[in-house]
Amino acid sequence: MLAMNYRGPFRVRADRNRPYPEIMHPRDAIVRVTRSCICGSDLHLYHGLVPDTRVGSTFGHEFTGIVEEVGEEITTLKVGDHVLVPFNIACGTCSFCQQGLYGNCHESNPEATAVGGIFGYSHTAGGYDGGQAEYVRVPYADVGPTIIPAGMDLDDAVLLTDVVPTGYQAAEMGGIQKGDTVVVFGAGPIGIMAARCAWLFGAQRVIIIDHIEYRLEFARQYAKCEAYNFRSIGDPVFFLKKATDYYGADVCIDAVGCEAAGSAMQTFTGRKTLLQAGSATALHWAINAVKKGGIVSIVGVYGPTWNLVPIGNVVNKGITIRANQASVKRLLPKLVDHVMAGRLNPKELITHRVPLEEVSDAYHIFSQKLDNCIKTILIPPRAEAAA
Amino acid sequence: MKTEITPTPIHPAPGAGTDLPGWGIDADPTNNPTHPMKHYTGADHDRLNYPRALQQTRTVEVLQSNERPTLTRVFGTAVPPSGVSGMLRRYAFRFSEGSAGHWLTLILADRINAMEGIADDLRHGTVPNIFAERGWNAAWKHDRKNVIKRVAIGAAITAAVVTFAVMHKAGKKKLSI
Ligand SMILES: NC(=O)c1ccc[n+]([C@@H]2O[C@H](COP(=O)([O-])OP(=O)(O)OC[C@H]3O[C@@H](n4cnc5c(N)ncnc54)[C@H](O)[C@@H]3O)[C@@H](O)[C@H]2O)c1
Ligand SMILES: [Zn+2]
Ligand SMILES: [Zn+2]
Repeated sequence: MLAMNYRGPFRVRADRNRPYPEIMHPRDAIVRVTRSCICGSDLHLYHGLVPDTRVGSTFGHEFTGIVEEVGEEITTLKVGDHVLVPFNIACGTCSFCQQGLYGNCHESNPEATAVGGIFGYSHTAGGYDGGQAEYVRVPYADVGPTIIPAGMDLDDAVLLTDVVPTGYQAAEMGGIQKGDTVVVFGAGPIGIMAARCAWLFGAQRVIIIDHIEYRLEFARQYAKCEAYNFRSIGDPVFFLKKATDYYGADVCIDAVGCEAAGSAMQTFTGRKTLLQAGSATALHWAINAVKKGGIVSIVGVYGPTWNLVPIGNVVNKGITIRANQASVKRLLPKLVDHVMAGRLNPKELITHRVPLEEVSDAYHIFSQKLDNCIKTILIPPRAEAAA
Repeated sequence: MKTEITPTPIHPAPGAGTDLPGWGIDADPTNNPTHPMKHYTGADHDRLNYPRALQQTRTVEVLQSNERPTLTRVFGTAVPPSGVSGMLRRYAFRFSEGSAGHWLTLILADRINAMEGIADDLRHGTVPNIFAERGWNAAWKHDRKNVIKRVAIGAAITAAVVTFAVMHKAGKKKLSI
């Protein structure tokens, strides 16, 4: 079958000779992919920053597809069902899943305890092949996969596998109160969605920070927020303090993660020399720009070793930090409702639709932020006909 | 030019998201600041005594964090460890997830693995098209200036190296006369 094949940092290709996946467990299903996105998280893999990313892996954790085959214990799905598949692989019964922490399942990743199983996200996240392929093995198919509601656009459905829940959870973890000023760092798909969702919680003012003009413009339109380029506002922390009567934002959201720009020291130690697990520039700004007693919500991804952040300020300001991989399944019922009611329209984020065969170019464009790219979906051959 | 910002307005600016449908619909005053996201059930105190799925059979080598005694009930089998990178990965898994020995060894293994990947391609009779894999088609289409710049820099470095080598050789010849 055709699938994306990782060959090393900055090198991926479409490969026609990948083996067709097999059922390996009675609770597995095999899904024929109809839509598959490239995510900012994939860029961390693509840039070689995630340990144990083995050559020959297939990435892709945001996909929809048609059930082709089910394991003998699967009764909730049947062949032919069109499903959206949350990016977390979760058993549904461990103590973490039972408490809604589907992103932290204890029975899906033998290779690390610090992260749950994720499709196509290195052996550190369980060693599963991902959905940037024609077919994919879906474990615990009775837990994650959700039948796409009648009338829902496939492009909306595929964004419900990660972007919408992650952006929403970023805002939710911010504990936003009516009247709050919320600052979102990062105007990628996640940050833009977080800014948009902040309004659902009653924010009074939403500010987004990035350094790519076309993304700031997109955020202004899509998320109806203020958007500023950190290259033209001087010291971003001072700028944000001034914007909030020298009080600090009520909530700061880090939707950038380990490849942040904006500080030569952080970039050198975090991205060039790997002396820390990526650069923590946005997180640094978030901690310093939030009010005393404020909340910093982190969905940006960082590596597993260590990062340079002003933890002393966290203590002295009494900041609450909340962070996680999004718990997609927990949020789906509410978010499906928001999408069906028109309160959220995720598919507007999609700027690029690329045949899976052109995966190398698609990665380059998204990684280098070319051609006004916000969100890219890959379309496997035969998928258009099926959809 | 510096962008200026105004302090928080008391009333939302016209056109702000406060007019969007659903504004405030999910506001929750108890979610401040640490209302648990976890739907606490006490399951934590049962530790690992929860109902489990059947065990997936181990068909390939699966490395396992030393912070857990057993395999998870399901696991991925994407790329079993092999070669020199595989040896390093096995070594890395002797260390806990809290140690640099674990993660930095894995990163080193990843870099070696990329070279093994090229060797593997060649062994299978494929010469990897590294330019295509790096998406240079797209770069040429959308970022041509940068491509030209990089090619020019590459050419200049090559020219400098070649010139240096030639002159060095010529110099040596002169000396030996
Ligand atoms: N926790 C989760 O469940 C989860 C899920 C999906 C994605 N993520 C993570 O969220 C992050 C964003 O994902 P994305 O798809 O939007 O990626 P993206 O690469 O499209 O967006 C990141 C944006 O941050 C901007 N940026 C860089 N440095 C900055 C700085 N110092 N301040 C402000 N902005 C800065 C970049 O210009 C870019 O526009 C990634 O780290 C990704 O791994 C987390
Ligand atoms: Zn993602
Ligand atoms: Zn679980």
